[in-house]
Amino acid sequence: MKVLVPVKRVIDYNVKVRVKGDGSGVDLANVKMSMNPFDEIAVEEAVRMKEAGTVDEVIAVSIGVKQSQETLRTALAMGADRAILIVAADDVHQDIEPLAVAKLLKAVVDAEQPGLVICGKQAIDNDMNATGQMLAALLGWSQATFASKIDVEGEQALVKREVDGGMQTIRVKLPAVISTDLRLNEPRYASLPNIMKAKKKPLDEKTPEDYGVDVSPRLEVVKTTEPPERQAGIRVGSVDELVDKLKNEAGVL
Amino acid sequence: MAVLLLAEVTGGALQMDATAKSVTAVKDLGEVTLLCAGAEAAEAASQAATIDGVAKVLCAEDAQYGHRLAEPTAALIVSLAGDYSHIVAPATTDAKNILPRVAALLDVMVITDVSGVVDADTFERPVYAGNALQTVKSRDATKVLSIRTSTFDAAGTGSSAPVENIGPAEAPSLSEWVEDHVAASDRPDLTSASIVVSGGRGVGSEEDFKIIEALADKLGAAVGASRAAVDSGYAPNDWQVGQTGKVVAPDLYIACGISGAIQHLAGMKDSKVIVAINKDEEAPIFQVADYGLVADLFEAIPELTEKV
Ligand SMILES: Cc1cc2nc3c(=O)[nH]c(=O)nc-3n(C[C@H](O)[C@H](O)[C@H](O)COP(=O)(O)OP(=O)(O)OC[C@H]3O[C@@H](n4cnc5c(N)ncnc54)[C@H](O)[C@@H]3O)c2cc1C
Ligand SMILES: Nc1ncnc2c1ncn2[C@@H]1O[C@H](COP(=O)(O)O)[C@@H](O)[C@H]1O
Repeated sequence: MKVLVPVKRVIDYNVKVRVKGDGSGVDLANVKMSMNPFDEIAVEEAVRMKEAGTVDEVIAVSIGVKQSQETLRTALAMGADRAILIVAADDVHQDIEPLAVAKLLKAVVDAEQPGLVICGKQAIDNDMNATGQMLAALLGWSQATFASKIDVEGEQALVKREVDGGMQTIRVKLPAVISTDLRLNEPRYASLPNIMKAKKKPLDEKTPEDYGVDVSPRLEVVKTTEPPERQAGIRVGSVDELVDKLKNEAGVL
Repeated sequence: MAVLLLAEVTGGALQMDATAKSVTAVKDLGEVTLLCAGAEAAEAASQAATIDGVAKVLCAEDAQYGHRLAEPTAALIVSLAGDYSHIVAPATTDAKNILPRVAALLDVMVITDVSGVVDADTFERPVYAGNALQTVKSRDATKVLSIRTSTFDAAGTGSSAPVENIGPAEAPSLSEWVEDHVAASDRPDLTSASIVVSGGRGVGSEEDFKIIEALADKLGAAVGASRAAVDSGYAPNDWQVGQTGKVVAPDLYIACGISGAIQHLAGMKDSKVIVAINKDEEAPIFQVADYGLVADLFEAIPELTEKV
């Protein structure tokens, strides 16, 4: 079985985001970019499945600017076998919407026929939490979102999911789309020899036109603003003072 | 214009708070029809009919809607979609699972975690862990939205909208429920509680998390946690507050042994009053706290529990 892992290049989660003064967006020029953390978890899971013998080939796919190559090289260094880059933007500030990403991924699935797609639950830049579900819909496949444990059992997968009330376990028919949550695994760091090896692994470059997919956005971003800042508060010296403030000043106790 | 709102129904029970807050968010967009779907949904539907601003309730009772699986519920919504300009649900894990599937089947974008409704086509939503607010205008014929409930007040009750029973929609059987692991609790729900007491890595163990729980119980509060506390096994996953956990905005949020990473702030910085208890006076949590106490939580929390 082949596994497809979509990986997105996003602002590194440690970087302090700066909103541009003219309201046109977030400043991404000369900012550290990394693989979306949930996608690292997805790559790790796919590579572990390969190591366990359930999976024959792991294919990483990224859609965006040319620089997403770096993200794909990271996936290859973690253990993916080959990569596909779909160059769909030439400006780092242009985000491709989940619906368009899902359509492109569907085209890749049609061509590659994987038995499983493992994606992240959420990209930490647009915070959409949508692409995997949309892809499953377009393919007519089952979906198991927010996975914290995956067991592939023949033609099915048993997936434990993180939900509002706790955990839920479901069984999905393969092929399926599964999205990762934080507790699924701890992604490995790529070792230096593996980073060197990854440079020689195949990385195909495509465009949306190759797949006949229209990626023009459905949502127009009217403006991007900074959220209201909280006023810095005060320090209290003791628990007694805290209780007094909460009762008599804030009125919340 | 007309709105179809998927009510939050779990195990046959209506989640009134999330549903009523979503009604407030969208009631000016058009006549609101609530959809209650479940293996049992009749009781939820009659309760939903009391929410002010609801014109009608559709009740779909069928075994396939029992465990909130995405595929059948999405198919049901798509079968009804033709009559509506907006398809909406509170941004719970269920809706996050279902709505993007609905949107893709309708060939439209989904707009998740809407924190403000500007007009029928224009919505505000947080991005980058709430470090930026984006206003987006949709070009799609049908708008599919999930609502960040913490930014809206719950609609009142007292109305009595008509309830109509509807049949199930056809859906392929792709997935099957196996089991739920849900811990019963007498505490208020995290997303609707007026006080939340949260613990982080600083609490140090599952055992010591009882200190946090004791304060919460004294205050009648819900218990929250940081990702680090959940990852370390001190607290269950459904207590996680943050960018990729739950978003809360209580009257009072008490953060204990939490450093205040941006991903945590994303889930609680709209709380009315924030208290931080941390032994590191440089901890970033103090930058958003109304009242900061630099102290060892193992001394401060039991004392606070005793004195409130
Ligand atoms: C993709 C992604 C998603 C994430 N999503 C979330 C999310 O939804 N929610 C979330 O919370 N995090 C999230 N995180 C993690 C986040 O970046 C931080 O790692 C996490 O919030 C840190 O948790 P913490 O504050 O409990 O731990 P730490 O940062 O380790 O802080 C512990 C604090 O406890 C204090 N302390 C220690 N001992 C004591 C004591 N005895 N008394 C008083 N204070 C003490 C320390 O001074 C320190 O400030 C996410 C990260 C990523 C990459
Ligand atoms: N441009 C992209 N390229 C590759 N994968 C993507 C892209 N956008 C989204 N994804 C995948 O979809 C997941 C969810 O993203 P989102 O729906 O944008 O929150 C991510 O974690 C990735 O696995």
